[in-house]
Amino acid sequence: MSRIEAEVGKPQGGFMKWIDDRFPFTKTMEHHVTKYYASKNFNWWFVFGVLAFVVLILQLVTGIFLTMNYKPAAAEAFASVEYIMRDVEWGWLIRYMHSTGASFFFIVVYLHMFRAMLYGSYKKPRELIWLIGMMIFLVLMAEGFAGYLLPWGQMSYWGAQVIISLFGAIPVVGDALVEIIRGDYSISDITLNRFFALHVIVLPLALIGLVFVHIVALHEVGSNNPDGIDIKKHKGPDGIPLDGVPFHPHHTSKDLVGIIVFLMIFCGVVFFAPDMGGLFLEHANFEPANMTATPEHIAPVWYYTPYYAILRAVPDKLWGFILFVLAVALPIFLPWLDRCRVKSIRYRGWMYKTALSIFVVTFIALGWLGLQAATPTYVMLARFFSVLYFAFFLLMPFYTAMDKTKPVPDRVVYHD
Amino acid sequence: MTEDDLDRNRRHFLTVATLATGAIGAGMVAIPFISSLKPSARAQALGAPVEVPLDSLQPGEMIRVLWRGRLVFVLRRTEKMLATLSGVVGELADPDSEVVEQQPDYAANETRSVKAEYLIVEGSCTHLGCAPLEDFEVRPAEDWGGGFFCPCHGSKFDLAGRVYKGVPAPTNLRVPPHRYVRDDLILIGQDTGAA
Repeated sequence: MSRIEAEVGKPQGGFMKWIDDRFPFTKTMEHHVTKYYASKNFNWWFVFGVLAFVVLILQLVTGIFLTMNYKPAAAEAFASVEYIMRDVEWGWLIRYMHSTGASFFFIVVYLHMFRAMLYGSYKKPRELIWLIGMMIFLVLMAEGFAGYLLPWGQMSYWGAQVIISLFGAIPVVGDALVEIIRGDYSISDITLNRFFALHVIVLPLALIGLVFVHIVALHEVGSNNPDGIDIKKHKGPDGIPLDGVPFHPHHTSKDLVGIIVFLMIFCGVVFFAPDMGGLFLEHANFEPANMTATPEHIAPVWYYTPYYAILRAVPDKLWGFILFVLAVALPIFLPWLDRCRVKSIRYRGWMYKTALSIFVVTFIALGWLGLQAATPTYVMLARFFSVLYFAFFLLMPFYTAMDKTKPVPDRVVYHD
Repeated sequence: MTEDDLDRNRRHFLTVATLATGAIGAGMVAIPFISSLKPSARAQALGAPVEVPLDSLQPGEMIRVLWRGRLVFVLRRTEKMLATLSGVVGELADPDSEVVEQQPDYAANETRSVKAEYLIVEGSCTHLGCAPLEDFEVRPAEDWGGGFFCPCHGSKFDLAGRVYKGVPAPTNLRVPPHRYVRDDLILIGQDTGAA
């Protein structure tokens, strides 16, 4: 603002100043977007956070439109989904976007989490970001589970039956807890009604709140990078990290390319393979819920199957439940299980690289086994991989402490 | 007022008292909300006992009925079926029905029933609640003594709903409370009076 303008009595800064005097708009935009400096050497692994955000918006919008025609009652739910598919204009598209979005949410989130394991993004000072992220993951699992009951198909019903029964394994309070979750003596209209409330209000609200604090915490400490170094250590005379570029326009334009590629794949699935051969929408769910017969083959949707395989591998109800919960919860402790000071896999030793590779194979193998029928061979295989799964986490303090690391560079490096 | 004039004990007491009152209040307010999640009066009414006539059930036949939305198997066992019960005892986890929650006292016997002929059990696997499939044919070659098989996780039960060892299900199939109104009519869900 020049002195001359002030002298002639012009408005001081116009509309934006009027806003900024009353609400920190410009300050917020600068802090989170235009002057948020993230490392200039991001690779494609760093696109999944933004993609998760895109899917969240997609799920919220398609979900809102689905509620306008869906009826959360046992007598009407299945028919109302068919109504959306057949009679509502473009209803099939909105529903397939939502059901495909659920699977893509997990694909993107799993890759986002794997990125953190590759580059040590959960390590100091980003432990809280990781913890909040794990809470997002748990809420997301609950959200997917509640949503899967809503179409009231055979798999909706029996999947819910199995998972709710899990809580019955808790000693003493188990049965009472199960009754409070169901609100009835079996999964019924009442259960469906409350799962609808959870799916469209409680859990999405929690999700949005958690995503908000996830990003606030991230922007406080700054993004990690493929070298796992602190770019704030080397700042120019202007106080800007030498290896950082502003999120907008640099990262936003790069992310836009990622979003476009993502949407191309997403649309391909929505249009040509919305059920993904029974993986995204299970075939048994095209039959209405029938309380008197369990489908011959029952498996959860693919994104739960690694944990489900672990549950099934244990020949004891209570221990199955405990190991199932542990399997989901163990990654929470990664920031403390990992004793290595080096963040990025680029400079870590062969032990962590080997362990992480085995873990990837293990996770995929468990995911596949969880989809298969529980034959003795598969159960034995699931036991083998369950041991590997837990070993990855429980042995981590030892192999990460022993592992030899390479020197970490001071500034970001480019690799051809 | 200066710092020295503060009665710290008094302030501490008031802080704790206020917090405690607030916490008790919040706890009380939580009661109606949590209670609203329990089965409602209508759900309880719909969970009333159901009558099941037995007159058209042939030996070896099984029917499925719903009580409280739960599946209940009513199986009329043949002499041959009953004869298998003693043979499998060694392979069972709880052959003598010692887990008390799984059946009323009057069904804690060798056949797990009031009348040996009729088996009445909940069709809900004690592992994770899938509906077991019936397979009454005895096939010694496959080591199968006849009974129920859960398709979800492979739990096995004999013809009295007793669980085999080494399967995920921890206990025998539950026998619901029931009583004979007449010789050919049972009431599932109620057992007051004579069993």
